[in-house]
Amino acid sequence: MTTTNNKEELLIIKEQDVVPLRNRVKDYGVKLGMSILNQTKLITATSELVRNLLKYGGGGKVIIESVSNGRDNGVRVTFIDKGPGIKDIALAMQDGYSTGKSLGLGLPGTKRLVNEFDIQTELGSGTTVTIIKWKNG
Amino acid sequence: MQNNILGSLKEHENKLLATWSQLLIENGSTDGTTEEEESKEFTALLLNALQHSNGNSDSEEFEKVHDLLIGISSSRGRRGFSPRENAQYLITFKEAASKILSDIEPDAATLYHANLQLSTILDNMTILTFESYMRGREDVISRQIDEISEISTPVIRVWDGVVALPIIGTLDSSRTQVVMENLLQQIVDTGSSIAILDISGVPAVDSLVAQHLIKTVSATRLMGAECIISGIRPEIAQTVVHLGIDLTGIITKASLASALQTAFDMLQLTVVKRK
Amino acid sequence: MERIPILKMGDFLLVTIQVDLYDQLAENLESDLINTINKHSSKGVLIDISAVSIIDSFMGRILGNIAVMSKIMDAQTVVVGMQPAVAITLVELGLSLNGVISALNVEKGMDLLRAKMYNGDKEEQVYDDDEQ
Repeated sequence: MTTTNNKEELLIIKEQDVVPLRNRVKDYGVKLGMSILNQTKLITATSELVRNLLKYGGGGKVIIESVSNGRDNGVRVTFIDKGPGIKDIALAMQDGYSTGKSLGLGLPGTKRLVNEFDIQTELGSGTTVTIIKWKNG
Repeated sequence: MQNNILGSLKEHENKLLATWSQLLIENGSTDGTTEEEESKEFTALLLNALQHSNGNSDSEEFEKVHDLLIGISSSRGRRGFSPRENAQYLITFKEAASKILSDIEPDAATLYHANLQLSTILDNMTILTFESYMRGREDVISRQIDEISEISTPVIRVWDGVVALPIIGTLDSSRTQVVMENLLQQIVDTGSSIAILDISGVPAVDSLVAQHLIKTVSATRLMGAECIISGIRPEIAQTVVHLGIDLTGIITKASLASALQTAFDMLQLTVVKRK
Repeated sequence: MERIPILKMGDFLLVTIQVDLYDQLAENLESDLINTINKHSSKGVLIDISAVSIIDSFMGRILGNIAVMSKIMDAQTVVVGMQPAVAITLVELGLSLNGVISALNVEKGMDLLRAKMYNGDKEEQVYDDDEQ
């Protein structure tokens, strides 16, 4: 039921790419009239996920879309990497778990910031994370 | 053959309308204002559709009828018609149309089939009207939710540097979000270092509500202000302990008055009686 | 390499973050700040984040690190001016920035630092004393 109105793709290969990405995501939120709080949550979630993309996936691409489900408009961000994948998603989604040196609240914390969160991963071929933040969500 | 019969209702449009409004008035399901115009338009569109679409209810003509019905029912939902009144609108139409049909068709078998077909079409429409009626009601509800959440989170400046926010009603997560936003924005705007969250008007505190309160306190502290929770009734204290919720990191007070006193202490203020 | 300026004001250091942080920039700030504290034997650090529109777990961790590291070097860190949306997002994310002391604005932050200095090790929070 979700339809896409506007879409763009960004390549993320180094840390400096993160700031322009955050700004683009913010632009999408602003265009929908999203509240400052929801914008902040969306950008923070993006920031967390793009760090994973760089750190574990060795970079990849990010798709930003303006979407609508009939009742509400929102921003969908998809993070696609061709990295090693995640061995145990259930474990990775637990609060306090992390293989890297971050605080270990990456995925579950990020999930709390957005309305929809989906993760697809395959060992050896990569991980795709999709989030949606609705304007009024 | 049957299509012709349903289609031929067109020739009896005025009679049908008259019979229908008679039935509507008898049932008391009209307030006699805008309904007449709507009914006329609906009858014209429907009869036109029956005449031209060969009983195919997906045709363009029928779509027009559906659109009109959706409009009528959702506006009825918003205007506070009862579900019965809304449903009777089409049911009485069916009744009126059947009457006309039996007048113009002498053959019982043909009449039966025509009625059956008419029933199917109108029953589907009844379902449609019901759905849009509900949607109209849901609109009303969601607008009221918005209004309630807006009016129910006033932030009061009780003293220079102290803001208070009385919460009335249940604290769910979307409400908590509004409360937090308002409270924190007021803290910034007024430069207040102490916020009092009064929960006297919150009917019950379960672990979820407690979690929301703790979040609000944490966010206030992150901003550099302190948050006092007041209005802890005895039964709230009991449930909190029974549920094993840890509120020890939070300053809690029984009443808004004692919370204000605590705020004065923190600001090193003394209230004295003038001699 | 982009760097965030650190200003020295008497016994205190003042850092105003005017740009959106990325990881490397935040890491640089951490090491620069610790070195500057050491160089000037500063007693307090004031970090103004009022222009920062997002803080994620990494930057939150850096802020926490700075607070703890400076504490070990006998300097108190106060973070001032956090935006409401940032505070709510941090809480939602599950980050409470333990060890970080905050104040509403630079002025209150300064008062807090001075009070901390003159009260020695007293771990008492000092509130708005505009009245005095």
